Amino acid sequence: MLPLFAILFPLWVALNGTLAPDVLIAGLIATLVIAAGFRDSLSPLTEFRATPAALWAVPLYLLYFLRELVRSNLRLAAVILSPKLPLNPGIVKVRTRLKSRMGRLLLANSITLTPGTLTVELQDDWLYVHWVRMETDDSDEATARIVAGFERYLEVIYG
Amino acid sequence: MDLGLVNVFPPTPLNLIGGLLLVAGTAFLLLGGLGLVRMPDLFNRIQAGTKATTLGTLLSLGGIGCLRPDWSLKLLLIGLFILFTNPLSSQVLARSAHRLGSKKSPLTRVDRLAEDNGEAP
Repeated sequence: MLPLFAILFPLWVALNGTLAPDVLIAGLIATLVIAAGFRDSLSPLTEFRATPAALWAVPLYLLYFLRELVRSNLRLAAVILSPKLPLNPGIVKVRTRLKSRMGRLLLANSITLTPGTLTVELQDDWLYVHWVRMETDDSDEATARIVAGFERYLEVIYG
Repeated sequence: MDLGLVNVFPPTPLNLIGGLLLVAGTAFLLLGGLGLVRMPDLFNRIQAGTKATTLGTLLSLGGIGCLRPDWSLKLLLIGLFILFTNPLSSQVLARSAHRLGSKKSPLTRVDRLAEDNGEAP
């Protein structure tokens, strides 16, 4: 439960913007209760590999993610604005090499956050992804296009 | 009470950047709304309506941050909150819709999930 508390309590302090004792005590109680209630749940620090390579991969991952976010938003905007609405939707199956739960969660979230792809279901090593403009229905090909970019960094950070 | 009103005259470079970011963010939010109307089925609507707006929201938050630098820490936290919660809700919506057999657009060519579940595509 400590990792969750270590995230929630600073968050409380930052959102309140004050170090007044009554605010701190209220936050301490609230975050401890939440952290205790969710002690078996995942937090961004679960299974985090605190190696230099992992710490370096975090900013790289964020940069890559933001770039993909902008690119895919522009692409989806072009689809929406086009009078013909050029859709080619399909649900494809992709495979992940990630073993850690947190790594998989972040992978699924990253795929969902970049518009054009939406994780529908996760079963074992397989993710089912809805794709607005499907480029291929082949699993290996789709894995290379959707998963590989994110996985490269998440593999180092979480394994 | 602090209503967050900013005097932008005369405009400073930071105010200008903030204004431009707000306009760009609003444009993406508008596109998200348009996509919601134009897309043919629920899965495509989730893609347009809830996610094309991610960038719009982030740009808007960035714009507010330029206009009110003293709020930037809180705005950053709001942005992170959106980045963590938005995909989860989209995913849960999509998964429940698929399990309930929500009607897919006839344009949909492949549905590996339905195939693997032994349903008719």
